[in-house]
Amino acid sequence: MSEDEPLVSVRGLEVALPDLTRKPLFGKAPPIKILDRLDFDIGRGSILGIVGQSGSGKSTLGRTMLRLIEPTGGTIRFAGQDISHLGEAALRPFRRQAQMIFQDPMSSLNPRHRVSTIITGPLRLNGFDRVKERAAEALDHVGLPRSFLSRYPHELSGGQRQRVGIARAIAMRPQFILADEIVSGLDVSSQAQVLNLLEKLVRELDLTLAFISHDLSVIRRLCSHVMVLYRGRIVEHGPVETVFDRPQAAYTRELLDAIPLPDPNQANWLA
Amino acid sequence: MNAFLAIRNLSAILRGGSQRVLRSVDLAVEAGEVRGLVGESGAGKSMIGKAVLGILPSAVSIVEGEILLDGRNLLAMPQKERRRTIGTVAALIPQDPLTALNPSRRIGRQITDRLVDILGWTEANASARALELLDEVQIQNPQRVMASYPHELSGGMRQRVLIAAAFAANPKLIIADEPTTALDVTVQKQILKLIREMQARHGTAMLFVTHDLGVVSKVCQKLSVLYSGKVVEDRAVSEFFAEPRHAYSKALLAATPKYTDPFASLLPVDEAVIASVDAEVKAADREWRHV
Repeated sequence: MSEDEPLVSVRGLEVALPDLTRKPLFGKAPPIKILDRLDFDIGRGSILGIVGQSGSGKSTLGRTMLRLIEPTGGTIRFAGQDISHLGEAALRPFRRQAQMIFQDPMSSLNPRHRVSTIITGPLRLNGFDRVKERAAEALDHVGLPRSFLSRYPHELSGGQRQRVGIARAIAMRPQFILADEIVSGLDVSSQAQVLNLLEKLVRELDLTLAFISHDLSVIRRLCSHVMVLYRGRIVEHGPVETVFDRPQAAYTRELLDAIPLPDPNQANWLA
Repeated sequence: MNAFLAIRNLSAILRGGSQRVLRSVDLAVEAGEVRGLVGESGAGKSMIGKAVLGILPSAVSIVEGEILLDGRNLLAMPQKERRRTIGTVAALIPQDPLTALNPSRRIGRQITDRLVDILGWTEANASARALELLDEVQIQNPQRVMASYPHELSGGMRQRVLIAAAFAANPKLIIADEPTTALDVTVQKQILKLIREMQARHGTAMLFVTHDLGVVSKVCQKLSVLYSGKVVEDRAVSEFFAEPRHAYSKALLAATPKYTDPFASLLPVDEAVIASVDAEVKAADREWRHV
């Protein structure tokens, strides 16, 4: 396995589910394709932004890359290994390497557990030693005081909760992190803090990040590459500079034009 | 200057507490004008809207000030008169179209309810008006939508229905409480455009609550920036974006990412700014107690 080999490599990825709205009274529901023949790579150390409107398959793609969903076609290779159809036991080493940060930190942190338990839980499950110490180091990384270990999620602000979510993900020292709409519930000020933090962590911890968002301004700021999904297909994929400065797909242009910039002189925006 | 909605020196506290959650708020919306109300979560944006509509949670009580609607102080009216006044001249466009619509009733009924129950229209007149409005908010096939249930419509369609319902009784004032926050950018643009067109055509005064400065710059003429229940800046939109005055407003604008300017460093609101605006709020509180 060479250094310049991509960390994640996806070929012909398909996910289909039974379309229950068109299920006949008797017999099987016809399949509906949620993701349709996706091909892409995520290079080590890069940050891939994934955008698209609701229902375009962003989250399904994220969950499939983490093998929370088993693809119905195509392959996903992670660090050279085909993980498309591995069983749970065989997936264990991968699970440690690929972590997720969730959109809503209130519902993804157990309200009855202290921050310490929240962060050490997955470490214990994966057989790590020195779990307390690792949890404390994770808090250092996300810029929260170690005293927060004894707090409960409801005692934290939205931005602080999201940092705990990030700390839980990095405590395992993964290679890959999926962040699914993690700043969309935050005020701009906390959003700026979380984005700056992610940037720093990717550098310091050699992370590769997939960042799902519907906010193109955030993606332009954070990501090195961007992929635009429309109805389960990739309509555009490339380095952010190229896609934002010279969008090829009509849908990408439409998305860019729809963003209200904080500037009352943006030409004829509502025209 | 003839403000349709004028809020003067409005202060509210949480029942049983002494801390104010609204701090001597002054704010005016003229007929035909859209005023943005921005601030971070917990700043009290929605609370001001709710105070105007008389739907504050019971834990919040207004301790001082006036809410003038067309020159008449709502807070000095008996409860029944206040509710009738608000019901006839003001309406709300809520944030989440799925929770704002009753899932078990047809769309048509949900638009006509208000016309029939509050304004005493006949069913036939109300239905005709609902059809007309669904057409005005550019819903294809309004007949079918009238007979649909909320789950049969997309998010954008539901928001159109709520806009139609808000404009149904020709209100003079509309409170729009984060009406596009739950929508995709492309749908958001269509809905903002629709709201602005409807507002301009009907000459409605509008208080537009949002946390998105980008949206404010597109649909509002004036804006009030709220911090901790206090208005820290009240400006015309064109002046504000050219040069925000208050340090907190500046910081808020600097924290907003712009895809056209990715290398501008995204600065979270500085702790020194927070400390100074907190001190300002405290000073206002001290002065308030001495009055």
